[in-house]
Amino acid sequence: MNGHGRIPILKVGRVLVVPIQVDMDDQTVLLLQERILTELERTGARGVLIDISLLEMVDSFIGRMLSDIAAMARIMDARTVVVGMQPAVAITLVELGLELNGVDTVLNVDEGIKLLRDEFGIGAEEAFDGGLNFVGEQINPS
Amino acid sequence: MENRSIPLETERDIAVARNEVRNIASQLGFRIIDQTRLTTVASELARNIVKYAGRGRLITQSASSATGKRGLRLIFEDEGPGIADVDLAMRDGYSTGGGLGKGLPGSKRMVDEFKIESIAGQGTRVTVVRWIH
Repeated sequence: MNGHGRIPILKVGRVLVVPIQVDMDDQTVLLLQERILTELERTGARGVLIDISLLEMVDSFIGRMLSDIAAMARIMDARTVVVGMQPAVAITLVELGLELNGVDTVLNVDEGIKLLRDEFGIGAEEAFDGGLNFVGEQINPS
Repeated sequence: MENRSIPLETERDIAVARNEVRNIASQLGFRIIDQTRLTTVASELARNIVKYAGRGRLITQSASSATGKRGLRLIFEDEGPGIADVDLAMRDGYSTGGGLGKGLPGSKRMVDEFKIESIAGQGTRVTVVRWIH
């Protein structure tokens, strides 16, 4: 918790999968944003799938990070899907007035993979022959 | 529940504050959705202090109403520069710090009572209450 954890970025086919499993402090949020963009450039991935199913809160800072990642990834010719939002998080996002511009949200990872494939032609399947590629992890300094 | 004071001085304290608030809200018997509302409000208002005032504190108190309702009161206070125009700061989308301008008005929508006091040059105090429904 509090950003002490590691946030892995996995490359599955042409998709970067980012499972967020810790409550992130602001610095961790900014570092993650930077790392996703670096990995997009380095790996040539075309999709970003961010799993927030374990996030118990999305405030305006994290909400903005998600929108920013989507916008920056779009400029780099990649699409962003956020999956697994908890109902309580969806309610507070609306009450806060956040719209998550440019971010597609779906219920789970399966739906996210399907959306990237069907809507944008970005496949994760080829990786299941080649296996998962672990492209790095974030270790928060301190 | 005893009153508790949580220092707000660094970005990490924002995460500490919201964890504290979630634990307290859970202990008091708030539903998950209200725990999430209170945690989000704590995150927004704690960040305002660290960002605009540099330092301050969050005080948590259990609250009870004249009609017997129980709840949680959160007081965010600092001795920072104060807010020049509170009405403007409460407007959706207004920010002096490059943010989204959702923190204050959004927080107000997530609680039952919301009071903001600010004196230029002396500081700001935001008091919120959420009742257990």
